[in-house]
Amino acid sequence: MRADLEIIQEWIPAGSRVLDLGCGNGELLAWLREHKQVHGYGLERDPDKIAQSLERGVNVIEQDLDLGLDHFGDDSFDVVVMTQTLQAVHYPDRLLRDMLRVGKTCIITFPNFGHWRCRWYLLRRGEMPRSDFLPYTWYNTPNIHFCTFRDFEALCREQQLRVLDRLAVDRDHRLHALTRLWPNLLGEIGIYRVTR
Amino acid sequence: MPTVFAEDSVGLVSPQVLHFKEPLPLACGRQLADYELVYETYGTLNAERSNAVLICHALSGHHHAAGYHSPDDRKPGWWDSCIGPGKPIDTRKFFVVSLNNLGGCNGSTGPGSRNPDTGRPYGADFPVLTVEDWVHSQARLADALGIEQWAAVVGGSLGGMQALQWSISYPERVRHCLVIASAPKLSAQNIAFNEVARQAILTDPEFHGGHFQEQGVVPKRGLMLARMVGHITYLSDDAMGEKFGRELKTDQLNYDFHSVEFQVESYLRYQGEEFSGRFDANTYLLMTKALDYFDPAAAHGDDLVQTLTPARADFCVISFSTDWRFSPARSREIVDALVAAKKNVSYLEIESAHGHDAFLIPSPRYIQGFGRYMNRIAV
Repeated sequence: MRADLEIIQEWIPAGSRVLDLGCGNGELLAWLREHKQVHGYGLERDPDKIAQSLERGVNVIEQDLDLGLDHFGDDSFDVVVMTQTLQAVHYPDRLLRDMLRVGKTCIITFPNFGHWRCRWYLLRRGEMPRSDFLPYTWYNTPNIHFCTFRDFEALCREQQLRVLDRLAVDRDHRLHALTRLWPNLLGEIGIYRVTR
Repeated sequence: MPTVFAEDSVGLVSPQVLHFKEPLPLACGRQLADYELVYETYGTLNAERSNAVLICHALSGHHHAAGYHSPDDRKPGWWDSCIGPGKPIDTRKFFVVSLNNLGGCNGSTGPGSRNPDTGRPYGADFPVLTVEDWVHSQARLADALGIEQWAAVVGGSLGGMQALQWSISYPERVRHCLVIASAPKLSAQNIAFNEVARQAILTDPEFHGGHFQEQGVVPKRGLMLARMVGHITYLSDDAMGEKFGRELKTDQLNYDFHSVEFQVESYLRYQGEEFSGRFDANTYLLMTKALDYFDPAAAHGDDLVQTLTPARADFCVISFSTDWRFSPARSREIVDALVAAKKNVSYLEIESAHGHDAFLIPSPRYIQGFGRYMNRIAV
């Protein structure tokens, strides 16, 4: 399983109801169903990924996340998961609020724009950072709402959400001792568990 | 003459007829003492009898869903694009059963059949049937064929409603339910269109209160109008624009009301003509009523979630972006209720320019998603 999903699954209780926003090929939900008797649904809009999810026997619902989660009732899920997608939606603040309306807890991962490499790139070249990890040009990128760990936590405070867990990892989802000291500078990806 | 059929065709098929002698009680309070169902099968029923798929047809459909009746047939069955070896409903894996519903005009007992009480055709005396009645009759067909449980019940439009009803009426007899381009009930607009179609037929002087057969006539004009208005609702504005635009059949405008000037007029007239030559007016009335009456949640305080709670099937719901007859939002109502009822459900919203008709057209994404879902069904 993808390294970040390996970390996330530990935060998902057995037998829970899960909504996976941007479920991709359905890997996480298929694994959770098999190993943790989780009943889940994934939202996805990419036709090929939807087809892969269908093949895995995962419940996949074709939907653009920018349309919000109005289709789902309050508290209808134990956990709402969103990996590497927060930065690509039009209204991350509204979506975050919605996630915690339909779910009791949320697990969110996103790339940290406050990472030293981004800062150094911008400082040295005066251009929007590009790397093999985030290779897009500013005008042609799905990532329209980059933020740093500090930004995200400020949004959580504003929405009166509690951060239950936070992991700052590198692009391969490994933990480092130094990252723990300066997460916003050294962490490339943030994995958050948030509740109301 | 295509004596050799394509590799992905089920090839030559022939309809079969089953006679049912046990009276079928109907929602209207009456019963059918005796009736026949005509059906076709494709593929082979396995030893465990676990690979059977039921196809439910839409308003003007019938039992001939795939293959050819004769090597001279110009066209295959109405859903040949989706049924056959290597197609979404793969006949190498599944045993497919496709029937003509009761009240139909393609061989099953319907308004054109002889009424045993009078010895004359039923005509208007044929009972008004509901989707539930159909599902009960289909269950008897399953019994007769030795099929305890369907691997899947599949249908588009009115056929999708039957698939949905199966999951509610016989939860333990359906493993997968595929509801395509359908809705949990008709909207006022849907009913309005049906009423226009019915009025076209009912007011045709040749209709004779539904007993036209005895008069030796056919309410062709009414049936044609009904089909024309129906056909408009099957296509999207874009599809019509692309197909016909404002293209003229004549060199110039004639400034009269009789000429067929625009291509779209010619097309609609052709569709209406062709249809009125092969379809029964009473069956058309009956089918539109079955559509109007379908509302499984009505018996559960209009609560679709509660209605679907007894279902045990896994669901696949598919809609098409430009379908305005049964729009994606209507399919999404079904999906949302299934999620709230904690059922397994997948949902595809296929980009298509073809409106409601898209469910009959093999666009790549539709075939891919449909096929992947069918693929994963264990038999």
